[in-house]
Amino acid sequence: MKTLGIVFSNIHDKDVNELTTTRTLASVPFGGRFRLIDFVLSNMVNSGIYNVGIITKYNYQSLMEHLGSGKSWDLSRKRGGLVLLPPYGRESSAVYSSRFEAISNSAYYLREASEDYVVMSDCDNVCNIDFSEVVAYHVRKHADITVVYRKKEIPENETKMRTSVVIDEDGKVKRVVTGNKHHGTINAFTNMLVINRQFLLSIIDNAEELGYKSFSRDVLIRGVNEYNIYGYEYTGYFASIDSMPNYYKHSLQLLDKETRDQLFRGAGAIYTKVRDSAPCRIAESGKVKNSLIADGCVIEGEVENSILFRGAKVKKGAKVVGSVLFNNVVIEENSYVNCVIAEKDVRVLQNRTLSGHETRPYFLPKDTIV
Amino acid sequence: MKKKKCVAMLLAGGQGTRLYALTSGIAKPAVSFGSKYRIIDFTLSNCTNSGIDTVGVLTQYEPLVLNEYIGGGKPWDLDRSYGGVHTLSPYQAKKGGEWYKGTANAIYQNIHFLNKYDSEHVLILSGDHIYKMDYSKMLAEHIANDADCTIAVIDVPWEEASRFGIMSFDENHRITEFAEKPAQPKSNHASMGVYIFKKDVLVRELTRDEEDEKSSNDFGKNVIPYMLNNGMRMFAYSFAGYWKDVGTITSLWEANMDLLGENPPMNLNEKEMRVYSRNEPLPPSFVGETGSVKNSIYTAGCEIYGTVINSVISEDVTIGVGSVVRNSVIMRGTVIGDNVTIDYGMIDENVTVCDGAKIGDDESSKDRIALIGRGCVIGSDAYIPSGEIVEKK
Repeated sequence: MKTLGIVFSNIHDKDVNELTTTRTLASVPFGGRFRLIDFVLSNMVNSGIYNVGIITKYNYQSLMEHLGSGKSWDLSRKRGGLVLLPPYGRESSAVYSSRFEAISNSAYYLREASEDYVVMSDCDNVCNIDFSEVVAYHVRKHADITVVYRKKEIPENETKMRTSVVIDEDGKVKRVVTGNKHHGTINAFTNMLVINRQFLLSIIDNAEELGYKSFSRDVLIRGVNEYNIYGYEYTGYFASIDSMPNYYKHSLQLLDKETRDQLFRGAGAIYTKVRDSAPCRIAESGKVKNSLIADGCVIEGEVENSILFRGAKVKKGAKVVGSVLFNNVVIEENSYVNCVIAEKDVRVLQNRTLSGHETRPYFLPKDTIV
Repeated sequence: MKKKKCVAMLLAGGQGTRLYALTSGIAKPAVSFGSKYRIIDFTLSNCTNSGIDTVGVLTQYEPLVLNEYIGGGKPWDLDRSYGGVHTLSPYQAKKGGEWYKGTANAIYQNIHFLNKYDSEHVLILSGDHIYKMDYSKMLAEHIANDADCTIAVIDVPWEEASRFGIMSFDENHRITEFAEKPAQPKSNHASMGVYIFKKDVLVRELTRDEEDEKSSNDFGKNVIPYMLNNGMRMFAYSFAGYWKDVGTITSLWEANMDLLGENPPMNLNEKEMRVYSRNEPLPPSFVGETGSVKNSIYTAGCEIYGTVINSVISEDVTIGVGSVVRNSVIMRGTVIGDNVTIDYGMIDENVTVCDGAKIGDDESSKDRIALIGRGCVIGSDAYIPSGEIVEKK
């Protein structure tokens, strides 16, 4: 079954403002050596999807740098491969404002393709899913659209906007609900779906006539009776990064072996850009507990319950607890850092004490010197 | 096509018998080294970092793992449309075929490769040394000297000199004398096994050497001495820096340990001379609540729940609770259970060491390393004394 992939790279940028000032959400670092987009790209490649379009809108320089030709994901290919889809058009108005506009903007790409099915996914879905199973299910059900959902417990007091689906015993979606009054166990939409390419093109072509503006409102919610929409349940580990505390929480969840095994040793491997850093080195004076440490790190001090990205350095007498340190962060002698998210190239000088709280991690922007 | 200035020929066919179990089923250059590398990564990366984009890798002994590892050369940027990395194995031709008889014969049998690229110079390398070197500086000297052949030399401790090819040279670096493994060395300038030849000279000399029935077709034993005795322009290029021959278990162990310490003798963090390797898609390494790591290096995919001291741990290695790994080299994919102790161990790839096993004893030292070959399973509570070699049947 030939399938094409579409990834939305900017879609929730605003939710994690701090991390997206100089990059797209897709290129936000995650898990010590990855960027968020590595997960969806690897999932697609592992599912046999070798033609992937990435819809970008702004700030995509770091994303382009990360992706390069797509080599690291085996997406530098003669047939298909990786295509970046920036806004298309001469006027500034061509910068789209909704998911639907974004897809419409890339209609030429969809039209050129020959694949029968399209997998659409946001870039911030951290999971290990086999899309080929979803597509097989989609074909078996003769569906126009198959949305991927997962069971999720929503606490009483939560007010976040969510989209959930109600399905019948056959898996057909009866109702799609968007709102902030969800609670109890819901079938939460994961922002991953399979759609027939021709069907998608016909929607795009007739959007004006049909009065379609929003994909979830007009196609999913209003179209539920008109179109053949099915639901596919995903049961593995899933995280979507939609706020800073959430980013922090999901990052530290990786310290749990079960989570790591599901995410990294599940259906397929997770690929990322190779940086050829040296192995990490723990010095005689170094102490590491319950932490993920990437290549290129040099640890002379103490690290506990933390995630260190490539090339981070913790000097003698320094202590890092419950923190996430991005590439090349340096914590100098005798400093103490607790519940901190430190962006690339941050430098904490000697004898400093910095502390946040797990509900509100202390954030240090890029290049900060404390 | 535009001619290449210099192509490299990397001799990677040696069996490496003194590495015992480590080279059963795998060529020496493909042996794991330094947590995330294989020995050949160093020479291949040197080529890339020196601007040499055409490399012939001569393989003969157990080439499967090596060939697969090199692949199209992508990790070293050696996937080129013209040039790039090529593995050259002995082959059958119209007039018959034969195994590579010696280092010089191996190159001789691939003269067609040299003729194809028709470079001005040819760099000859061996795939079993750990060092970082910018060959372009040596090439510049070679050209400036209008040398027929330039040999890289490094000063070794006098007591070790008789293990190497030893050279004497005058104030212009022109070589006056060369002795292969002399009992009474006259200098401590040792050949690093890195040569640059003018291509035409190399082809001529190899052809001549091939016709000499008494020759054992070896660079050090035959070709170099002959050229020197016949007054050709032979120069030495002095290299100062880290260089290690990893031909024995002890020297391989030492080279691994040279990556440790506050200022490691071999620094892998230099930006300009990076060492490239093929990377597996693995998560970053995890050290658990019960884990402890001191003066060691490790890389992606490791899960460490025990204690690791003065050791080099490769990718995807698991070390269980209560286990103590000391002064050891653990290669990729190996799983060490709970309450295992390993001292001065060299544990090859994909070994399983079951709970409670003990490897090494009070006699353990770098000269009495316990060696466990690839794929072995060491049973629960098994005891492997120091200096023992365990190999899969």
